Amino acid sequence: MVEESPMVEFKDVTKIYSKSKQPAVEHISFKINKGEFCCLIGTSGSGKTTLMRMINRMNSVTKGQVLVNGKDVKKFNLVNLRRKIGYVIQNNGLMPHMTIRENIVLVPKLLKWPKEKLNEEAERLIKMAELPESYLDRYPAELSGGQQQRIGVVRALAADQNLILMDEPFGALDPITRESLQNLVQNLQMQLGKTIVFVTHDMDEALKLATKIVVLHDGKLIQVGSPEEILHHPANKFVESLIGEERLSEAKYETVKVKNVMTAPVKINLGASLNDALAMMKERHVDTLLVIDDDNHLKGYISIADLQRKYPHVSSVSDIMLPINATVGPEEYLRDNFSRILSRNGQYIPVVDAERKLIGVVTRASLVNVVYEKIWGEKKPATEELEKKAN
Amino acid sequence: MSAFIAQHGSELLEKTWQQIYISAISLFLGIIVAVPISVILLKFPKTAKDVIALASMLQTIPALALLAMMIPFFGVGRVPAIIALFLYSLMPIMRNTYVGLTDVNPDTIDSARGLGMTKMQLILKVDIPLAMPVIMSGIRLSAIYVIAWATLASYIGAGGLGDFIFNGLSLYQPDLIFGGTIPVIILALLADYLLGQLEKKLSPKGI
Ligand SMILES: Nc1ncnc2c1ncn2[C@@H]1O[C@H](COP(=O)(O)OP(=O)(O)O)[C@@H](O)[C@H]1O
Ligand SMILES: [Mg+2]
Repeated sequence: MVEESPMVEFKDVTKIYSKSKQPAVEHISFKINKGEFCCLIGTSGSGKTTLMRMINRMNSVTKGQVLVNGKDVKKFNLVNLRRKIGYVIQNNGLMPHMTIRENIVLVPKLLKWPKEKLNEEAERLIKMAELPESYLDRYPAELSGGQQQRIGVVRALAADQNLILMDEPFGALDPITRESLQNLVQNLQMQLGKTIVFVTHDMDEALKLATKIVVLHDGKLIQVGSPEEILHHPANKFVESLIGEERLSEAKYETVKVKNVMTAPVKINLGASLNDALAMMKERHVDTLLVIDDDNHLKGYISIADLQRKYPHVSSVSDIMLPINATVGPEEYLRDNFSRILSRNGQYIPVVDAERKLIGVVTRASLVNVVYEKIWGEKKPATEELEKKAN
Repeated sequence: MSAFIAQHGSELLEKTWQQIYISAISLFLGIIVAVPISVILLKFPKTAKDVIALASMLQTIPALALLAMMIPFFGVGRVPAIIALFLYSLMPIMRNTYVGLTDVNPDTIDSARGLGMTKMQLILKVDIPLAMPVIMSGIRLSAIYVIAWATLASYIGAGGLGDFIFNGLSLYQPDLIFGGTIPVIILALLADYLLGQLEKKLSPKGI
């Protein structure tokens, strides 16, 4: 089977603008597969726009290759290439002297579609933009900024383009309008399976929309990965700073697994005597013991209350053992089990592996530590300062 | 007034026609030369400055002197008059067209290119329509200049309403002077009005 070529591929791409010595972007290589929502993110001047505009040849490529559908963009007819790729920019992308209808069908008209088909397309797309049909005969200046950008977005789909480029399309909108536009784009992308290349400097936006994030800095590619990968394994300090402290610590908390916080269990063998059990409770200062068999399988637990009540009458741990229903696995996320652990009557929850072998416990105390870290970070600057002063 | 019309009526019509004819041809040539030049200049901003400076300089030559300068090259009559007036009309049209075109929002142009317009489509469907109000006001300005200065064309034998005025001056007959001047003023106002209507028609709605 022949492997399907990626929608867009950058192969060691460098761009040096004429009259400038510094490359705007250099040695960039990555792929964007069909159906991906790829966000290019970085601070201002990092080369996001430069990189994106090389896809539809609004910028020329100085060195390397940009491939669309496996074919070098240089080998396409320029105008045909652009008509096949949707293009949305931040401001004033609409033609102010054309009605909304004319704006929407601008590319189909360039492609010489018949007139009725143009009208049909305009009506179909204005619905997609979630605007009334009566707007078709208005001029862009008669629409709000958010409505204009809705038209800008659906216009990029008008000729059934499979690849759409967007350069900070919502940067100039207020937060509420921006969010509704983000939802629109996200829905369209999911429903229609379009490939989108989306430039932004807003990490929230990238994390919300992207299936792939490309981080740029000073014209260099820093990291490529899914939002989860970027969030949980930022490549360096720069990526961390883009993500921001708050989101980072949240992410850290989000990904803490049970095995990261579990501690050694206090356990006793099924066949052990109650005397042994009592001695162990005393030594370890606990009021319950987890019971295992010879192969370390979790069988149940015993409590000091039961032990005291039945002590003289029975002699073996198995006689007073109670079953345990609530357990967690080591690879489960702590966040998913927080309330389960806290709501359980006991002080801890046993951790068992796939064969139900006991490997640890998560105690309330370890949960408190996690919460503490999330709120205060790893260090405890406030307390340390205080302690120093006190000394 | 009625006596003047009774005496010079048919001559007045003929001279007015000549005036219109000379002005219209000069203006028409001015438009079809100045607009494309401005479009081309858009690609060469440095040259554009020089060309516009040169056109401004032409404008500072006194009209009568420019007309006289035509004689050695083109003799007398309508042709040299039309050439001189054409040169005069260039400047306002060119400057306005150039300014109008450079003022088109770069984002609009970027978007039109990005959507796949050819260079020609970009000029005809985006640049010129959006610059149309400014271009048209340049043309209106030129029209008024040209109609007024066409009066001087009589000086090199091109005819027109100037004939009345020059005759009136040499014969010291004020009614001839007024009889020539008033139609010029009316022509200029009329041209301005009509071009204004045209401007409204040509300027895209929505801007
Ligand atoms: N047309 C241009 N000519 C020269 N330099 C440019 C041009 N466009 C961008 N640059 C430079 O290239 C670098 C990257 O710019 P850009 O791609 O616009 O960054 P971003 O979109 O990430 O803000 C910047 O240093 C910028 O100054
Ligand atoms: Mg940019």
